[in-house]
Amino acid sequence: MNLAIVLNVVIQGVLTGLVYGLMALGLSVIFGVVRVVNFAHGEFAVVAMYAAYLLFVTLGLDPLISLFPIAAAFFLVGFLLQASLVNRFVGRSEHEQFILLVGLAIIIVNGLLMIFGPDARPTNLPYSFDSYLLGPLFIDKARVYAAIGALVVSAALFAFFRYTTIGTAIRACADNLTGAAVVGLNVKRLYALTFGLGLACVGAAGALMVTIADASPLLAQAFTLLAFTIVIIGGLGSMTGALVAGILIGVSEALASFFLAPSMKSMFSFALLVAVLVLRPQGLMGRRV
Amino acid sequence: MKRKSQSKTARLTRRTFTIGLGAAGFVAGTAPFNIARAQGAALKIAVVLPRSGYLAPAGQSCHRGALVAPKVLSDYGYKVELVHIDCESNADVARTQTERAINDGAQIIVGAFDSASTLAMAQVCEQRKVPLVVNIGAAPQLTEQGYKFLVRNFPTGGMLVDNGLRLIKNLLDVTKLDAKTAVFLHANDTFGTAQRAAMDRLFPNAGLPFRLLESIAYDPKAQDLSVEVTKVRALNPDLLLVVTRAADAIKLVRDMVRQRFEPKGIISPGSPGLYDEEFYQGLGPLSDYAIYNIPWANPKAQMTQALEAAFKSENPKFRFPVECFNVGFTFEALLVAAAAHKRAGSTDGTELMKAIRETNITDHVIIGPAIKFDEKGQNIGIPSAAVQNRDRTPTVTLPAEVATAAPVLPMPGWQKRT
Repeated sequence: MNLAIVLNVVIQGVLTGLVYGLMALGLSVIFGVVRVVNFAHGEFAVVAMYAAYLLFVTLGLDPLISLFPIAAAFFLVGFLLQASLVNRFVGRSEHEQFILLVGLAIIIVNGLLMIFGPDARPTNLPYSFDSYLLGPLFIDKARVYAAIGALVVSAALFAFFRYTTIGTAIRACADNLTGAAVVGLNVKRLYALTFGLGLACVGAAGALMVTIADASPLLAQAFTLLAFTIVIIGGLGSMTGALVAGILIGVSEALASFFLAPSMKSMFSFALLVAVLVLRPQGLMGRRV
Repeated sequence: MKRKSQSKTARLTRRTFTIGLGAAGFVAGTAPFNIARAQGAALKIAVVLPRSGYLAPAGQSCHRGALVAPKVLSDYGYKVELVHIDCESNADVARTQTERAINDGAQIIVGAFDSASTLAMAQVCEQRKVPLVVNIGAAPQLTEQGYKFLVRNFPTGGMLVDNGLRLIKNLLDVTKLDAKTAVFLHANDTFGTAQRAAMDRLFPNAGLPFRLLESIAYDPKAQDLSVEVTKVRALNPDLLLVVTRAADAIKLVRDMVRQRFEPKGIISPGSPGLYDEEFYQGLGPLSDYAIYNIPWANPKAQMTQALEAAFKSENPKFRFPVECFNVGFTFEALLVAAAAHKRAGSTDGTELMKAIRETNITDHVIIGPAIKFDEKGQNIGIPSAAVQNRDRTPTVTLPAEVATAAPVLPMPGWQKRT
């Protein structure tokens, strides 16, 4: 087996995995703080894909640029959604939260189907068909840009949580809700901010995803499932875990496709999920509760 | 009082017997008039198609064919009333919706583009004794499982591959292309795996001058096919034989361009994907020169021209040459149903099915001889044409008698496209 080809496959897996990781990061942030599982996560990612697609076809905006206004808009949507709707369900039973967000997911997908139809919408960027040639390696330009974008957004999010007062307050809420409330933090406002940040991540990930995949309403369910798998493998609420698990899934799927059969690649993600649930239920980087 | 009343209703009197006998005689005497009424009334057909879900582009295309059909059929003297049903690219939905359509009075079912959904529908139609006319669906088991209420006016996967391989040989002869190796890449859905089985069975005896290096299955719902293309590129075949759907065909070509993999030809031995509008829109000039060996509409047939005119007036945004495969086969399925209804003069499922099995329609849309069904319900006389994308339009290149252009192989490199 040619080592260069295997290396090529691994690089593709890492690059795709980083975008997967960013997408799952949003889910992890929301769950880690608000303790609500966003079952409409993939649907929001697909909305972001369509937003990036529309901005490209109407204004000619490259998704690498439009990801910033999209992330900002998604932050606002997330903030308002949490403040107006999801906050009412915080602390209620999990099945009620589940029904609320699944209902939202169904509305989003069907709305997209009504507006855009079922056809996949490709965003043909000037670099969509280009690749870097490094010796025997072919590396897609679009995938490289998307991965760099994912790393930049993730680093910004990490910095926000670590170095800003609001980020510290949000972490305090996640660590000890009662303590945070006792010291006078506005928990509901912080929850809304967190939901906004989570959706901003999804917005950015969706915009980046459109550079490597075509926008289609049918991707939504697969994205939600993928984000869950990554978050559970990485550890619920762990941001680093989400990124690491994203890369792990990307690489394992790529290698399984190459060495076994492409049609078996999803099986490997789920096999990894089962293995983690059995051997390390808190996830690779999650804390034991 | 109560007991008296019960005894009254249970007792058969001479009067009730006479009334009953009279009623029976009336019903028997007017039965021929029911047949006459059935002949005059429109046939209620449920058209089940995957108008959403991952097969939606093709399902929508078939749907456009179904929408224009009543007008064209009416011009030919057939009356049909269509009920349009979306099976969401899901076999379970197809099954339940078929059941529901029959409960709501559908007299014939037409569908469903996808073999898995059609198989699910066939079971319901068989139980309910309602004829199912398959518009598109190539899995051999559809006509191999002994269904008595099913006919298929579409080639089986084996027929498609057999015709397709023969045309590949002709293509190589005509273009004098020197191809020594090929890789077969196929979707792992019901249709794709049926095509794979047919390839495994037919390729060794097809007499083709190239070796099949490997057959690779992939998930058509995958977000990209980069690893699949890397795998194929590592084998470096002269020809890439594919069985795709529309969305994955785009991903395939895109990743081939990204990885600068340029085989001498991309040829489908019989599958959709390479001729969908979505494929042309998504890839522009990169969609050109792909070849697919499938049955195609006969542009010279009078009925094709009538269908094209109706299609253009109803669907100005869609190109008939791109849609004629889906539209043509869906129309023909409805034609088979309507013609059988006219001959049978009845809406009874068994009578309709008997008439359908006796179908012999010479004037129709798709290239080939008269539409007829064998004892299994299969039309075995559907030939294929080698159709190549040229200037983003499907162009018949073989057989020579229906060709409008000569085939081009090897295909020009990706960077040489304009």
